[in-house]
Amino acid sequence: MEVYLDNSATTRVFPEVAELIKEIMCEDYGNPSSLHRKGIQAEQHLRHAKETLAGILKVNEKELFFTSGGTESDNLALIGCALANQRRGKHLITTQIEHPAVLQTMKYLEGLGFRVTYLPVDGTGRIRMEDLRRSVADDTTLVSIMHTNNEIGSLQPIAEAGTLIKKINPDTLFHVDAVQGFGKARIYPKRMNIDLLSASGHKIHGPKGVGLLYVGEKVKIQPILFGGGQQMNLRSGTDNVPGIAGMAKAAEMLYSHLEEDVNRLYHCKRYFVNGLKRMENVRINGLLPDGSYGEGTASHVLSASFIGVRSEVLLHALEDEGIYVSAGSACSARKPQPSATLRAMGVEKARLESAIRFSFSVDTTEKELDYTLKVLYDKIPVLRRYTRRA
Amino acid sequence: MFTAFLIKYAEIGVKGKNRHLFEDALIHQIKYALKKCEGQFLIHKTQGRIYVDAQTDFDFDETIEHLQKVFGISQICPVVYVRDEGFEKLCDTVVKYIGDVYPGCNKTFKVNARRARKDYPKDSMEINADMGEAILNAYPDMSVDVHKPDITLNIEVRENIYVYSETIPGPGGMPVGTGGKAMLLLSGGIDSPVAGYMIAKRGVKIDAVYFHAPPYTSERAKQKVVDLARIVSRYTGPIYLHVINFTDIQLYIHEKCPHEELTIIMRRYMMRIAEHLARENQCLGLITGESIGQVASQTMSSLAATNEVCGLPVYRPLIGFDKQEIVEVAEKIGTFETSILPFEDCCTIFVAKHPVTKPNVKIIRRHERNLEERIEELVEKALKTDELIIVE
Repeated sequence: MEVYLDNSATTRVFPEVAELIKEIMCEDYGNPSSLHRKGIQAEQHLRHAKETLAGILKVNEKELFFTSGGTESDNLALIGCALANQRRGKHLITTQIEHPAVLQTMKYLEGLGFRVTYLPVDGTGRIRMEDLRRSVADDTTLVSIMHTNNEIGSLQPIAEAGTLIKKINPDTLFHVDAVQGFGKARIYPKRMNIDLLSASGHKIHGPKGVGLLYVGEKVKIQPILFGGGQQMNLRSGTDNVPGIAGMAKAAEMLYSHLEEDVNRLYHCKRYFVNGLKRMENVRINGLLPDGSYGEGTASHVLSASFIGVRSEVLLHALEDEGIYVSAGSACSARKPQPSATLRAMGVEKARLESAIRFSFSVDTTEKELDYTLKVLYDKIPVLRRYTRRA
Repeated sequence: MFTAFLIKYAEIGVKGKNRHLFEDALIHQIKYALKKCEGQFLIHKTQGRIYVDAQTDFDFDETIEHLQKVFGISQICPVVYVRDEGFEKLCDTVVKYIGDVYPGCNKTFKVNARRARKDYPKDSMEINADMGEAILNAYPDMSVDVHKPDITLNIEVRENIYVYSETIPGPGGMPVGTGGKAMLLLSGGIDSPVAGYMIAKRGVKIDAVYFHAPPYTSERAKQKVVDLARIVSRYTGPIYLHVINFTDIQLYIHEKCPHEELTIIMRRYMMRIAEHLARENQCLGLITGESIGQVASQTMSSLAATNEVCGLPVYRPLIGFDKQEIVEVAEKIGTFETSILPFEDCCTIFVAKHPVTKPNVKIIRRHERNLEERIEELVEKALKTDELIIVE
């Protein structure tokens, strides 16, 4: 049996999406900037994709920009806004548990002379409003907070943060990295005081190499790539028509029955957690999915520590049985250091070294989780027998 | 401009009656190395020299890079072929050659002619003198120095005339295949690929064995070893890499033996399995990357303890090397960057905090007796897992 529980790393492309992409690549392959019919056909796919995505986010089509993925969207939002608004101030705020696409970009901006405040998180992996309140100042031009944490699935209080930021300093821009949240929750930038929002295609059963950045109409931002002036001069480069159309199609499919899926996934997650709890010395990192919908933790990410078994070893042991999971997060799995999010939460060493991330998708079934639990029941006691003795 | 290479070899030259065997092996290796290069080459042996003639267009830098990986070559001389159309024509070509290769034209030089074809109208002394004059006339800033010239301009008169003056160093050593075959214990570390390289340099063909311990070591760790073997194979030719699943043996030792002795006992079983594979594959010895005192399992006592289980000679070319010296070779041969990728190998995964540094062989033997019940069966089973990967 093959069980893919690494959906926060990437997801399987929906067959309907793959079909559409193939059609565009082989038939409607024109460049939307071309004046002839081939170009117009391609442009229509683009227009349709924008309509779909704008409808989902309830924003204006003109406020959507397409990039090469989540990383570029974050880079463009942060660098583009920091530079365009630097005469107003050079202070930026983010959290300690952001994805490297945000953290490393902040490091780069520090090198350019910006001051960055990194908000700490509590034991559940969420920021405290009080810390945010104290940090926003007159010269704060941008706050960037992630919607859903990629390692433990904690949900940040985005709407609350948006209100607070605007109350203290109406000129401060609010960027939300929703790479893990888009496709899993309804996010409405206009209602939540979000000025910029990043999302990625391949985390929502769409293709790799495409991302989205919502930029509110009044936001002052400058490009970081220069060229042919596509996308209103903010993001040059030939439009990735198949990728954009594929991402829109995937989003459309997910959002057409979102609540149903999310409820089912919360149910799966609770079911799985209950199964894990039957084993000794297993700790859930972050909040438990206690039934209250959308409170603090996402439906699709679960981090658990199997004390005494090193993450990498368990990962490979599960792999032998056809089960695919992550140690920490996939993006940092090649570096041997333990998860930055868990460290920021103050989790102790034994838990850091044994943390495994299970991430679900709409394809995940209860049967798959039963199988996974059974394998864990078999393997964990054996692996615990052979650990490095001190 | 250059259309051929003269290959000079060092040690082969002093061989006796079996010299042709070494030369033929070298030609074979050169052919293999050039297979991946752009262009067609004819490799031939003439009067105790090996020539590589390009028969089509080729990429000079790429060809040199590949030739520099063929053990047995001490020097590579890029050669210009000149058809014999009279001495004056030859002088023109040589003058142009100097202008192209030494743009300043202000060096000291001497002409070193060899007349293999005796019906050529000038003898070698005359060629030296007349050619020297032609060069001096063309480039007033050049001067002759017969003792310590900057440039030695070689002119060999055969069917065609060969002109060369540049020498590019080769890797030295002996052609692979002339020294038999040995089994390399290849881990993912820095040392073992270097050890394989050094023994191959003495003409030895290399087979390799890697001990894989899933799930404690990952597929990527195995891929890393395959990648390392591939880099080494650029010098050695194809490597037969045996991958042995070692997990059960390792766990069994972990269960039955004192923890401090785990690494030593584990290494003893690796040596036994490697020897078995070596004998099955006509290898005349084992190769390891050990160096005295580098880690607990490489002290003199530990080496003695691992050595005693193996009947074949164990070659340890790095035995007197410092880590830094090993790293330098690893960087030179291109394995270093791959070696330091952070994947666990089976030696590090269960390592004790304080492993024994002076194991007593008698005690080790006694503790190995704890394994009697199942170890033979497990070794048999491990040998059956042998996955052969041909790396080239």
